[in-house]
Amino acid sequence: MSILVYSNAVNNKIHKSAHEAVSYAAQLAEKTSDSVTAIVVGEVSDADSLGKFGANKVLHSKNEKLNDFQPSLIAQLIQAAAEAEGAKTIVFIHDLVGKSIAPVLSARMGAGLVSGAVDLPKIDGDGSIKKAVFSGKAYAHVKVNTAAKVISVMPNSLEKKEFNVDATIESFDADLGDAKISVKEQKMESTDLPLTEAEKVVSAGRGLKGPENWGMIEELAKELGAATACSRPVSDMDWRPHHEHVGQTGVAIRPNLYIAVGISGAIQHLAGVNQSKVIVVINTDPEAPFFKSADYGIVGDAFEVVPKLVEAAKSMNLSDN
Amino acid sequence: MKILVCISKVPDTTAKIAFTDNNTAFDTNGVSFIINPYDEWYALVRGLEIKEAQGGSVTVLNVGEADNDPTIRKALAIGADDAVRININPKDAQQAAKQIAHYASENGFDMVLCGKETIDYNGSQVAGMVAAFLDQPFISNAIKLDMDGNTAKIERDIQGGKEVLEVNTPFVLSAAKGMAEARIPNMRGIMAARTKPLNVVEPTAFDDTTEVLSYELPPAKGDCKMVSADNPAELLELLRNEAKII
Ligand SMILES: Cc1cc2nc3c(=O)[nH]c(=O)nc-3n(C[C@H](O)[C@H](O)[C@H](O)COP(=O)(O)OP(=O)(O)OC[C@H]3O[C@@H](n4cnc5c(N)ncnc54)[C@H](O)[C@@H]3O)c2cc1C
Ligand SMILES: Nc1ncnc2c1ncn2[C@@H]1O[C@H](COP(=O)(O)O)[C@@H](O)[C@H]1O
Repeated sequence: MSILVYSNAVNNKIHKSAHEAVSYAAQLAEKTSDSVTAIVVGEVSDADSLGKFGANKVLHSKNEKLNDFQPSLIAQLIQAAAEAEGAKTIVFIHDLVGKSIAPVLSARMGAGLVSGAVDLPKIDGDGSIKKAVFSGKAYAHVKVNTAAKVISVMPNSLEKKEFNVDATIESFDADLGDAKISVKEQKMESTDLPLTEAEKVVSAGRGLKGPENWGMIEELAKELGAATACSRPVSDMDWRPHHEHVGQTGVAIRPNLYIAVGISGAIQHLAGVNQSKVIVVINTDPEAPFFKSADYGIVGDAFEVVPKLVEAAKSMNLSDN
Repeated sequence: MKILVCISKVPDTTAKIAFTDNNTAFDTNGVSFIINPYDEWYALVRGLEIKEAQGGSVTVLNVGEADNDPTIRKALAIGADDAVRININPKDAQQAAKQIAHYASENGFDMVLCGKETIDYNGSQVAGMVAAFLDQPFISNAIKLDMDGNTAKIERDIQGGKEVLEVNTPFVLSAAKGMAEARIPNMRGIMAARTKPLNVVEPTAFDDTTEVLSYELPPAKGDCKMVSADNPAELLELLRNEAKII
């Protein structure tokens, strides 16, 4: 049997999330002795890169009905692929793309869906899958009671292991219904490093006093190769753009490094960042609640500490990694 | 426009997360419950704005048991015309979605509006499943919704940006921040809510597809290592040599 993986491509290139999804499937396939089939849609120049992360086969569909993003039709295509491949497990990444397609597919197939999985199914145990719940404040162990399963994996949750397989690429298509959504326009943010994909994030809050003081935050982010984020009041007051707002009601992120400057650490803020691997807090108030969730802390004035950090980062030449 | 808004009940955002019965159930002791913020602030309020501009009705729907009624009444106080509760405590998203889709197809709506996710189980599942069961297009993480006759102009979040699209009714949408400004119910709304209809309907048979076996809290963070404000460079050394992340 095979495990089927939906592999997203952006600007004709396989997205790094697809490599993550394929690597997850390949690590599962090692335990269940299955093979891994990836499915990609649209023009893609590097479909063979999926082999590096463990895909044995890549199904490539260029169906024109999928030129605009149609979750229902992609779900139909994947369902047809699952039937053709005899796949009982279908893997997505739990990002905006996976969140659009996985539930549609799961209902179409009558297959149980585990979204936000942070680990492989416990194949040697009860088969359950660990997933994040309560905005990262807890985990649940979920068992799927149907023969077919859909798993959408939390980004950045498993090591992206390489398998270096030579993937065979086949074209694939299916009879799809009518395309009902017509995309008129895409407005991309100017930033080269979208917040949800960044491995390092420098974030700042109301402690910075005003939008004119963000220069040093941007500079520190640049030196570290990090993206910038902010707390909710900061985006509410339009000091920073809304897409930078992290937390319970904003974006949830799980970078390797999260540096919080002048943010108190309210529970709703933590909900969006507490799954970061390492948290650094810089705050004038030693009692700020954020220190309780931090790995490293500096009690000090951001206006003194951050410029010194920028200088130190410059002399360490960190920006290339 | 005949609009259905799906609302779920979740613990307040500041609730202490703990588990009972050998870590198999969420500990509701001392927890107060609210309407899931995405459902209330964005899906419901935008539904009301569309109704106010073009006429029609807004029905709120919850799949749950009688202890959800006070939460449902709050949605009526904010302005929904009537409410429906499907009387079952759903064990998983597909169970809830099946009930919602069944009710929606029997009663025919121009649009079904959901939240992008519930803040407790963080599924991002129900809305897409409802769309699949109804065989209607699904638009996720919408941040703007405007109607022009039967055509909806929608803006949604995509990786690294936004997308503007058009779709005709009927459709299913999940709402994210930006769709509307939260409304606080006023006294008149609260009074009116007492007499608005809250119809209870019995569920259709449908098996759960998943079950939660147990819950677990993440391990407590160790102590925070403090670095002196006089020498911030030390922080970078630690991040490089100890945490090994830069
Ligand atoms: C339902 C709900 C949802 C919410 N969702 C979110 C969410 O998604 N995201 C979010 O962020 N918030 C959210 N909030 C708001 C949250 O409760 C807090 O109010 C908010 O996070 C506080 O932002 P802050 O830390 O920037 O500001 P403050 O709480 O005002 O903290 C500022 C901090 O800066 C420190 N400081 C001051 N001067 C300096 C200086 N010179 N140098 C260094 N430090 C300094 C202060 O000691 C203080 O700790 C939500 C609230 C509710 C009720
Ligand atoms: N029990 C329920 N009753 C009504 N609507 C629900 C229920 N559960 C979830 N929803 C809707 O589906 C959305 C997504 O929920 P979830 O898939 O759990 O993240 C919510 O924001 C609600 O709009």
